[in-house]
Amino acid sequence: MSEAILHGGLILLFLAVAATSVFTRDTFSAITAFIVYGLLLGLAWVALGSIDVALTEAALGGGITGALLLRAASRLRHADHAAETRRTGPASHGLAALACAGLTAALIVLVLSLPHPAPSLAPLAMEALPATHVGNPVTGVLLAFRAWDTFLETVVLVLALVAIWGLTSDAMWGGRPGPVQIPEPDGNLAFLARLLPPFGVLIAIYLFWVGADEPGGKFQAGTLLAAMWLLTLQAGLIDAPVLSRLRLRLAIVLGPLVFAGIGLLGIVVSSGLFAYPPGFVKACILLIEAASTVSIGVTLCLLVLGPPERPATP
Amino acid sequence: MNTTEWFGIAAALLIGLGLFGVITHPMLLRKILAFNLVGTGVFLLFGVIARRGAAAGIDGDPVPHAFVITGIVVAFSASALAVTMALKLKSDTGESTFPDDPPADAPDPAAPPRP
Amino acid sequence: MNALLDLFTVVMVCAGVFFFFAGSIGMLRLPTTLSRLHALTKADNLGLGLVVLGILPRVDGPLDGLKLVLVWFLVQVSAGTVSQLIAVLVRKQGEVEP
Repeated sequence: MSEAILHGGLILLFLAVAATSVFTRDTFSAITAFIVYGLLLGLAWVALGSIDVALTEAALGGGITGALLLRAASRLRHADHAAETRRTGPASHGLAALACAGLTAALIVLVLSLPHPAPSLAPLAMEALPATHVGNPVTGVLLAFRAWDTFLETVVLVLALVAIWGLTSDAMWGGRPGPVQIPEPDGNLAFLARLLPPFGVLIAIYLFWVGADEPGGKFQAGTLLAAMWLLTLQAGLIDAPVLSRLRLRLAIVLGPLVFAGIGLLGIVVSSGLFAYPPGFVKACILLIEAASTVSIGVTLCLLVLGPPERPATP
Repeated sequence: MNTTEWFGIAAALLIGLGLFGVITHPMLLRKILAFNLVGTGVFLLFGVIARRGAAAGIDGDPVPHAFVITGIVVAFSASALAVTMALKLKSDTGESTFPDDPPADAPDPAAPPRP
Repeated sequence: MNALLDLFTVVMVCAGVFFFFAGSIGMLRLPTTLSRLHALTKADNLGLGLVVLGILPRVDGPLDGLKLVLVWFLVQVSAGTVSQLIAVLVRKQGEVEP
């Protein structure tokens, strides 16, 4: 009974916040509502029984996507008036509402007619988990049973970054992204940017380490690292990185390279691609996670910063 | 009553809401935001299916959970690319929406790009 | 002893929720941006502190308790800094419409 009240209240809350995000006029309010919605959805994921996904949704879905949208909104603010005067007419609004209502109804029918008993891969996963020496089944699935998918995902991050960098103008190639941040060394943001990153880095390392047996892992840890870097950049304590530096590019590809290397090693030493040599399974997984945490942190921060807009040396 | 089904209905509502936002908002950034809403709704649907697969002593099927984690990261990458393209459109044409007709002095798409 | 700890948890968490509620009412009803900021930040920090205090008897070990207190500390620092940033902006640019 109390669970019903709690979950029902949470559902109503995040539906209301999502509706605010869609229907409000002001872009800034919409993005703020979206960030709140992301955090509430994190709670919903806890209610659905997965803390790993809750951490990822709150950090990536709510936090970093919100930061990305806010940065963009501040630059698109001046073109808002032109957009507002060209809203689509009520007829097309009505048609769109009808189509979306139809889709929602179809999905509700789908949800209510899911098969009983529910098919599940949990017994198979739990059966095979002891061989991987990790205690967290989601980490086991991500890095042992479906390592190929996770490897491709780390590659997707790099591809997205390459695509973003492809949008620079030729003159600025290899420069620094983002505007110049004028530092205020005694200001509030600088205070926060000096206080939080040590905690953030420590907690990120903890999240990576504990992800083997408890909820956590490289995506959450990498996101935290990216957030700390973004905070320090925003406060003006350090300048944006020069994107043509070899060190930076090595950091970006370190994760996928180590992942691919260990995967190919499996062909030579063990029974096939991504077959970790028995006895070294946990070591391989931790090595992949460590390299990927660094790469994900760097890549996520650079994805938010965008393509270079200033020359490397002024 | 099983609250998992409620989350499924909420997911369906989110997908419909987000799709409405994608279709009706003229401003590109709002479309990207609404598209993210659709994405999170789809992930919630995965979560409902995972919750129903709770067995062997754990709270949910770990395979859909892994897919959702992967999906959230990929969705963020796609959003970052979309936002960068929207900003590029703004810096090239000064518009934050797609124009209905291309302006008279629009560059020829077949011509080599200007530096 | 357990009943006493349970009562402590309930009382503390209820007090924390009351402060969160009061802060939100303040945000909606107070006239100026600065007074709204003040109400929200102070009440939310106190509310979170009371909730953390209420949950402390129920943790599995001292390490978990330390983590909860660390969460409260980090939230206080971030919320305080953000409210200061907004206040500086309000002073420079004037009031914000609700």
